[in-house]
Order: sequence, then structure tokens, then C-alpha cells
Amino acid sequence: MSVPAYTPDEIMTVTAARQLKDGAVCFVGIGLPSAACNLARLTHAPNLVLIYESGTVGVRPNVLPLSIGDGELAETATCIVPLPEIFAHYLQRGRVDVGFLGAAQIDRYGNLNSTVVGDYAHPAVRLPGGGGAPEIATYAREVLIIMKQSPRSFVPRLDFRTSCGYLGGSGERAASGAPGAGPRAVITDFGMLRPQPDSEELELAGLYPGITADAARQATGWPLKVAARLETLPPPEPQQLATLRELEARTRTAHARPIHIPL
Amino acid sequence: MPAPLVPLSDAISRHVHDGDSVALEGFTHLIPFAAGHEIIRQRRRGLHLIRMTPDLIYDQMIGMGCATRLTFSWGGNPGVGSLHRLREAVERQWPQPLALTEFTHAELALAYQAGASGMSCAVMPHYAATDLEALPRPSVRRLPCPFTGRELTAVPAINPDVTILHAQQIDAAGNVLIRGIVGAAREAALAARRVLVTVEERVETLAAGMNAVVLPAWLIASASLVPGGAYPSYAQGCYARDNRFYRAWDEIARDREAFSAWMERHVLGVPDHAAQLRILGVAA
Repeated sequence: MSVPAYTPDEIMTVTAARQLKDGAVCFVGIGLPSAACNLARLTHAPNLVLIYESGTVGVRPNVLPLSIGDGELAETATCIVPLPEIFAHYLQRGRVDVGFLGAAQIDRYGNLNSTVVGDYAHPAVRLPGGGGAPEIATYAREVLIIMKQSPRSFVPRLDFRTSCGYLGGSGERAASGAPGAGPRAVITDFGMLRPQPDSEELELAGLYPGITADAARQATGWPLKVAARLETLPPPEPQQLATLRELEARTRTAHARPIHIPL
Repeated sequence: MPAPLVPLSDAISRHVHDGDSVALEGFTHLIPFAAGHEIIRQRRRGLHLIRMTPDLIYDQMIGMGCATRLTFSWGGNPGVGSLHRLREAVERQWPQPLALTEFTHAELALAYQAGASGMSCAVMPHYAATDLEALPRPSVRRLPCPFTGRELTAVPAINPDVTILHAQQIDAAGNVLIRGIVGAAREAALAARRVLVTVEERVETLAAGMNAVVLPAWLIASASLVPGGAYPSYAQGCYARDNRFYRAWDEIARDREAFSAWMERHVLGVPDHAAQLRILGVAA
């Protein structure tokens, strides 16, 4: 078997980037979503509008931020607005096309847990909590989710619902009045899951080259259905990989720079 | 006559008391680390800490036993992982139990706005988004809009006893300028009973544009000159966020002994923030 010329993180990032249309307004989370959005901006989608929840709007960072509010974001933003405004006037008002989320757990309807593993009052693992995710999941016109697939993270039942996907499926989300359409795709290290149009249950819709449906099923904590048309997702193009690797190299250098404060 | 700049140790001993509710705000940017460390040095107890993102500063204050309650909306080390001291307080009640009041970012930002406006609560649209509202003592409640009948979420106002901010500049009259990412700092300040600030520099006149974020002197109870006071967070235009330190903290905070030793050497064992910055090799 030949070794792919890219890492799982790289093909996830490239696959996520490909989901973004030029000109879309994206509410960006830190980590892989941030890498994917900036890769898209530096390749096929130069007019992507990136908003980070620190209130930085229209950012064009030269290096990836470690936090949601690095100075690089402020320096390259079209404008910086206070937090109440970014959530109320941009997100809640319906001005965001795509929200990008990750979580510790996801269920078959794309509901997410980033709050606790175990019981809320006596958790086995206390996770960071909701932050901006509950409102992003509700208000963004559509949501993309990026998560590594394993039976521990793709679970039959969430320990806690932090953010909504399709709730119980079969139109329950739309009936709840949630303004956004919900998760359009879940990008994993095996491939891509998409909601079945009627039940809204996530099913395997695409696989990376060399990955089998069985492997994806074994990495899922519920009996994963396979879409009628199972797509083979393309590998990263050389130019995408080169751009991503340059971006990450610039980022490593910048983050390793020592800080000096004159007193 | 503007109040003179006072040493940070005096500001904390005068304005922050055991049992107070305290908001050290600043969203990733301008986090008042020096003030938090001074609170630790003065061994305040029973604090109700309020912050959208507890960040390393509350990890440290919680681990050092300053807090019995935390109000927050996202408690991780951004881009790195867990806040291990926060986790150990919640998961294993060490060094003591920590009661949580949890919001989403949008809710907590609104709670500060309500507090700053003298309201008892503020409202936003309600959707079946999260189990947070299904907890036994939910932090928000539902009510119908009196005009449309549409369901709303009511978020209770937050009025901290003390809000502490770090800022870039203070002028001769005591007015304070914040530049860059402002988060909910202004709302948290205007919601508070007392506002303390630490600043990077004192200038004759603020370098402020017409719509800049300026806190007028008469809103501020006490101001202290603390260059580097946001480190390892940052002050736009002065110094960058020390992302290396944020990564290194993961290892330090993972272990009780390593954490206690770090705090002993870099916080309890130094007279002030400048001494800490010198030990860390950040300041000459």
C-alpha cells in the first residue's frame, strides 16, 4: 500500500476549505476551521469574509492565530466590534452564511457536546463549554463540522447537548424555528458525512482515497448508514498543500517568537 | 483633580475584598494578569469570579484557592486545550469546590449589557439550542414577547462588585484608552460598582480617534501604571500575546505540584509583576 502524500489533518483541512464558496461570510472557530477558512481565502475564495468571535470582521491574517483573539486578527480586520455587537448585530441578525464548529461529541443528528463528559453536576471530564457555538449552530445559514471520527466522539447519545444540529431529526429543527438550516456536512479524518434529506440522520457520503466504508463504520458509535451515492473525495491538489504548509510554517515561526517587554 | 496613579498593591487591598464578585475582563486581549496575580499575593478568598473566558488568569486564581464561584461562557486554553486547574476544581473539588454559573458568549455579553444599563435582565430570541437551559438551576429563563408572542430568553443582569481592566493609555486627566479587541470590557466596566484599571503608559493626551473606546476618569475608582500588565496576554501596539507561554502552561497546570511550584516562584515569591517578567526573561 502506498503512503498518501498528505496527513489526515491536511486532507480534512483541504476538504473543509473546498466547501467554502468565494464571497461567503464565515464565522470561524480556532484550530482546523481557522486553517480551512484561511486556506480557502488564499486559494479559490479570495473574497471570503472571515469573522472571529473576538469581534474581528473581515480578517486577512498572514499567520494562523493560536487564540480566537490574537493581535494578528485585529491588525488585519476591516473593523473590530464589541462582543455584544458581533453576536447580536452580525450572527443573531442573520448576516453569517457559514458557521464552522468542532466538539468533543456528536450524535447521528449532528447535535454537539462541548460541555461535559458524564453527569453535569459531577462530570468525569469538564470540557470548555458553549462559548459561541450554541448561537453559531442556531443562526448561521449553514454549519460545517470538523471532527476526528472515533466511537468515543461519534456517540449514540450525547452526555450533554451544547449546540443543536437537527435535534431528533425528521424536521424537528425546522419546526423549532431555528433560523439556520443546520449542519450541511461533517468533515472527518475518514471522509464526509451528510444529513439524509428526510430523516436528517448523518450518513456516510464520501471517503478519502484508500479509506473503506467499513473503517468509517468502525469509527462510529452508532450504526452508520451509507448514502446511496458514496463519493470518493479528491486528494489535496499540490497547490493547496503547498499553500497550507507555507501558512503553517509561517505560523510556527511567528508563535515561537520570544516576547520582549520594555519596562 | 484626577485621582493620582496608585501602586497596584494599594488598589487591590483597598478595592477587592474577600467574598466580592470580581470581573477581570478582556477577551483574549488586555487580560489584567498583573492585577489577578496581586489578588493571589494578597490571598483573597471566597471570590465570585466572572469572565467570559476564564483563561489562564482564572485557572491560576482558582488553583490558588481564591474563588468559590465562577460565572463564565467558555473555559479552555484557546487553541491549546483544557484549563487543568479549573477542571480539577470542578471534577475533584481541589483545592475547594467551585460553583459554576454557565452562559453562552452571547448570553454573558448581554448580561453585562443589562448590568451596564441598570436593567434586571435583557432578552434575546429563544431557540431549543442547548441543554444549559434544562439544568436544575438554569442561568436563563424564558418569557413571551409582549408584542409578538414569540418566545424570548431572559438573561439576568450581572453587576460585579469590581471590574478590573488593563488598557494601553491613561492621560493626565485620568481618562483611559483601550485599542484593539475590546470584547465586553466596556460593558463589564459600566456594569460594575467599582472599576479598577491598570495601564501600559501615562501620556499627556490620548492617541484616540473620535469614536475610540475611552473610559472617562470619573468612572474609574483607581488606576495603576503596570507596563506589561497583560502578559502573557497582550496589549495591541505594545507587545504580542505570548503563544509559547500559553502552550507551556498546559504542562505546568496539568500537575498540582508543578502548578504550586510555578505560582510560588513567579507570583507569591515576587513583589510585583515587573519582577515576574524579569524572572521569566520577558523584560530585561
